[in-house]
Amino acid sequence: MAQTDPLLHMEHIAKAFPGVVALVDAHLRIQRGEVHALIGQNGAGKSTLIKILTGAYRRDSGSILLDGRTVDFQSPQQAQNGGISTIYQEVNLVPFRSVAENVFMGREPRRFGFLNWRQMHKETDALLSRLGISIDVTKPLLTYNIAIQQMVAIARAISFKSKLVVMDEPTSSLNENEVATLFKVIRQLKVEGVSVIFVGHRLDEIYAICDRVTIMRDGRTVEERELHTLGKIELVAKMLGKELGDVRKSGQTGFTVSEHRTGEKVLLEAEGLRRGRVLQGVTLQVHAGEIVGLAGLLGSGRTEVARSIFAADPLDAGSILLDGQQTHFHSPADAIRAGVGLCSEDRKAEGIIPYLSVRENLTLAALPVLSRHGIVSHEKQQQIVDTFIERLGIKTSSPDQKIRELSGGNQQKVLLARWLCLNPKLLILDEPTRGIDIGAKAEIQRLIDELAEKGLGVLMISSELEELTEGSDRVVVLRDGQTVATLLHEKISQDAIMTAMAHGDDDGTQIVATDEELQYGKS
Amino acid sequence: MANLNHVAPQQHMLRRFSLPRLLRGGQTYGVVGTLVALIVYNLVSTPRFLTFDGLTEAVNVNLLQVAPIAIVATGMTLVIATGGIDLSVGSLMAIAGAVAPLVFLSTLPLLSNPFIGITMGIIVPLLIAGLFGLFNGFLVTTFRIQPIIATLVLFIAGRGIAQVISNGNIQVFRGSNFVLLGSGRILNIPVQVLVMLIVIIVVAWVVRTTTFGRYLLATGGNEAASRLAGIPTDRVKRTVYVISGVLAGLAGLIIVAINSSSDASNVGLNGELDAIAAVAVGGTPFTGGQARVWGTLLGALLIQLIRFTLVTKDIPLPVAQIINAAIILFVVYLQRERKS
Repeated sequence: MAQTDPLLHMEHIAKAFPGVVALVDAHLRIQRGEVHALIGQNGAGKSTLIKILTGAYRRDSGSILLDGRTVDFQSPQQAQNGGISTIYQEVNLVPFRSVAENVFMGREPRRFGFLNWRQMHKETDALLSRLGISIDVTKPLLTYNIAIQQMVAIARAISFKSKLVVMDEPTSSLNENEVATLFKVIRQLKVEGVSVIFVGHRLDEIYAICDRVTIMRDGRTVEERELHTLGKIELVAKMLGKELGDVRKSGQTGFTVSEHRTGEKVLLEAEGLRRGRVLQGVTLQVHAGEIVGLAGLLGSGRTEVARSIFAADPLDAGSILLDGQQTHFHSPADAIRAGVGLCSEDRKAEGIIPYLSVRENLTLAALPVLSRHGIVSHEKQQQIVDTFIERLGIKTSSPDQKIRELSGGNQQKVLLARWLCLNPKLLILDEPTRGIDIGAKAEIQRLIDELAEKGLGVLMISSELEELTEGSDRVVVLRDGQTVATLLHEKISQDAIMTAMAHGDDDGTQIVATDEELQYGKS
Repeated sequence: MANLNHVAPQQHMLRRFSLPRLLRGGQTYGVVGTLVALIVYNLVSTPRFLTFDGLTEAVNVNLLQVAPIAIVATGMTLVIATGGIDLSVGSLMAIAGAVAPLVFLSTLPLLSNPFIGITMGIIVPLLIAGLFGLFNGFLVTTFRIQPIIATLVLFIAGRGIAQVISNGNIQVFRGSNFVLLGSGRILNIPVQVLVMLIVIIVVAWVVRTTTFGRYLLATGGNEAASRLAGIPTDRVKRTVYVISGVLAGLAGLIIVAINSSSDASNVGLNGELDAIAAVAVGGTPFTGGQARVWGTLLGALLIQLIRFTLVTKDIPLPVAQIINAAIILFVVYLQRERKS
């Protein structure tokens, strides 16, 4: 490959939003006709970089060379005319119009001022057959499944004579056959000399289809390599910012209790949880007084496990036992009554009620307990609110302050208090310390420790290895929707977790499922 | 004008001087200011706007029309606080208005007793309006139809249903005591004003002190979070549409009582638009999560007073409508959500 003449070269890209620096120093180099993986954790800056490339955002500094020429796209439309097409996770076409209309939207072929349907249909047919697809292009787009809709989006992209197609998590809503079809199309694009940027999380898929990889972390490009020279574990380590063989250091978090006096009693027993392609057999246990860390890369099914246990999402199969009893929760309300609480990873979208006060937010789940005949007891409410504001050190000007005016850390404390005031048996915490300042972070970690000491079972999802290794008594590692390892006490190390994330394969640990190389694109 | 000045201390002053309990949030001063300004203007320029005996009869009659609007708008406030909207209220007013005379003018043995007849003449239409509200609620929750579309169904069909019920006739009932709902007085206060005040006080109390009130604001403020906190968001929404339907029915009864007749093609015509305007002017944001029940009353009062003022000044109707809209726009602008 001619390293000297890349199709796209983005250099020293920086971008700051009010209050957040999204990109510090990002690089991206795409060769002609290659499939390039762009990976990184949440908040690493992948989407910002893509949006700058496609003209949705303006960069603060840095340069973009396309085909050797400096470009500065002001809008996605300009980028499209410049040869860059983007296929988003959610297909953004018009579902009620026909396939052909979607492909030619905005530049329909005309004859004597009328639409030239014959030409439109013929060209769409030709485009799709290049991708190995033959469908009725006169039917509305919505009559086809998401995979086909994506193919139509790709067909639209190549009809623009695009040199570069950006695919943002294209496989997230596809089943395995559909993924195979997509990969076939990607290979076809390669043959035609089109480059593809593949943003994704599933390692198997990345290794199956991509030639090179760019890894981002904290707004920087930290690695750019030929994929076959980079092992999976190494890749995961780079992504998380760890060195292999790191000695386990302690004292980086607020967790201090090395081992909780875990009860004999199994509090939660989940077995064989399955739903579509996101959960394909998750098994885990939580004892009373135990902190169980749930580890896994993005898209490994961590959040889905949490939501399924809490009955916020349905399951296709699997059993959940709480205190040895089979559960039959139909809604979160049932789970709450049985003594389970869930703090969502997305505080803003699924946690706070922004315009309600700290008081109302804190007691939201406890209202049935605090009211008689549907009337809320102000005294009882005030008592709980005062207790928890003091106990968790929530900084608020008054309980009447709107929660949206609080800092992220204090919002998170209010949300924790929402569950703690119900005295639950099991608390599921999805990224409990994400996006909050260091001080509050340590406080929350100490609090979780303390709660476990008092007998609460905690299932803690985290992307931070320090949090998992220092906080957990047991770490369950998920990969592609499956439990691949369960690490106990002294077996818990950053290396072991990363190895399991990458391969699901680690000596001396309980292996639930082994690594299987999925062969895509054979059909 | 302090409004032109966006410096922080100024806003604090304004906040301190606004009626704190009634108008919590500090965003209601736009409607209060405009209302006061209009009253002052009328005191000065409208002859006999206020005499030593109180408001003159003409003013009185005109302003009393605010009661039905305010009642409908109170229900609308709750619907909007859940992030929805109810376009069907005008039609539900017509349905309740059409059903009532059929009941209390009925010659069936039990209903011919005047007391039972009139009591049932109030209860039955309210029940029916509530059932139609429940229908709206089911469309919104069970079938996940957007509220504006879901309630459009009865907006269109409802008035037709009312006309079918009344056989297309205007039902006149001068002799019945039912008209007291529109023209009676208790302690010299018009019955309709009493009904309006009771409705507003009860609803404001429900929003402030009950579990249901919290659930309502939480559902409108963040539905996903509410569901994860165990709130039965669908049931909350259904209930809100039922309340909106019942209150629309009540307003319809008052209107036919005032007129001593029920005309299905006219009762509650444009009622949904008046109600929505009153809620907007009252400062309840349409994004949901907040309900300013007293603000809605002020909004309804303001709209009615604008109308009255324009009529007494002999301004031609088309011009009056434009001025009316301009004032509403101005007030809503004053109260727009400011970014923190």
